[in-house]
Amino acid sequence: MKLFSLLFALTLSTHSFAADLSAFNAFGGKEGLLKVVDDLMINLLADKRTKPFFEKADQVRIKEKLVEQFCVELEGPCTYTGQNMKRSHKGHDINTAHFYALVESLQLAMTKNEIPERAQNKLLARLAPMHKDIINK
Amino acid sequence: MRFFFILSLFFVTFNAQALDSSGRLLLTSGVTQIEGAAGGGLTPWAFIGGYGTRDQIGASAYYTNVAISDYHLESTGALIGFYDRVEFSVARLTFDTQKIGALLGLGADYKIKQYVYGIKVKVLGDGVLDQASWLPQISVGAQYKKNQEGDVVRSVGAEDDAGIDYYVSATKIFLAQSLLANVTLRRTKANQLGILGFGGDEEESHTFQFEGSLAYLLTRQVALGAELRQKPNNLGVADEDDWSDVFVAWAPTKNLSLTAAYTMLGNIVLRDDQGGFYTSLQLGF
Repeated sequence: MKLFSLLFALTLSTHSFAADLSAFNAFGGKEGLLKVVDDLMINLLADKRTKPFFEKADQVRIKEKLVEQFCVELEGPCTYTGQNMKRSHKGHDINTAHFYALVESLQLAMTKNEIPERAQNKLLARLAPMHKDIINK
Repeated sequence: MRFFFILSLFFVTFNAQALDSSGRLLLTSGVTQIEGAAGGGLTPWAFIGGYGTRDQIGASAYYTNVAISDYHLESTGALIGFYDRVEFSVARLTFDTQKIGALLGLGADYKIKQYVYGIKVKVLGDGVLDQASWLPQISVGAQYKKNQEGDVVRSVGAEDDAGIDYYVSATKIFLAQSLLANVTLRRTKANQLGILGFGGDEEESHTFQFEGSLAYLLTRQVALGAELRQKPNNLGVADEDDWSDVFVAWAPTKNLSLTAAYTMLGNIVLRDDQGGFYTSLQLGF
């Protein structure tokens, strides 16, 4: 039990009281997000699970909206101008595996751009609840 | 042993075409605990084993080796997870008494074998996706355990050579903090997992025991953590202590994970302070 509390205290002490913009800055601001989202789209098109959803779509627009969305979720100085998640995914048969495939593509893109793990998980924690509106199958 | 592992491998590969498409994220089905359920090393988690989503079937096989000061424990088995809802598992534990076997009159290197058949059902929640709420994923499970050395375990005072453990586990990944937490409440009468039988002269029936795991997700492939497992103390002749470990789990791909731990198991028949290395290999999809 002692071990537990020690470990718990250690983990807490490594990440409390961070400034609100820390995660956004860890991504390298909006410029950093542009690179991550560029790589994300490359990964999505390379993955046969997600390729069908993106190959014929307006990739430039999707990337633009994703950058805005990620920026907002990281509490950066942006406004999201896209559709809500339910509407933008309507008509596509998206199951849990598709959703996780996108998460994996995003993780790989973030890692490639050397985004710290803690900041990566912060963004993922903000995006995860959207599964309710995205997964529709 | 070999047959068992091969059977397990068969389990894992019969659906090989699903290998590259199976859904959930790395390490989010944990590894395999010592009695065969998906979890940490010592305790089951609420996560369903394998990487299958609610539309998929996942499976894994494992081999675990625990080399402690005076004994040696091996555990091997497999599990299959249906639709991220139900998990069936089978495990075989082989406990080698080494030199202590001779002191007990059993003969050196006397081995006690036990089979464990497990079922786990997810009741509610999604410990990975539900990041907007504090609600954990909750599962209930049972492990039917059958010790193969009935006469031996009765001779040390155990009431029975078979028993069922019941448990409820609550597990949650706190993604923003990169933490995984699990608590498990187990109702059991097993002595040292059942290796020394079930019930005893000091306590005949089931008692509630607490288990917990805490892990830090260093990367999406690596987790560091610690576990605690409270144990009953049913036998007059041998004290039984709580177990704990510190571990690192590494999953380079969804098909492979390796776990290394230092585990502290306390007193085990005649010998105090049994500690040592726990290593585990898991194959799956």
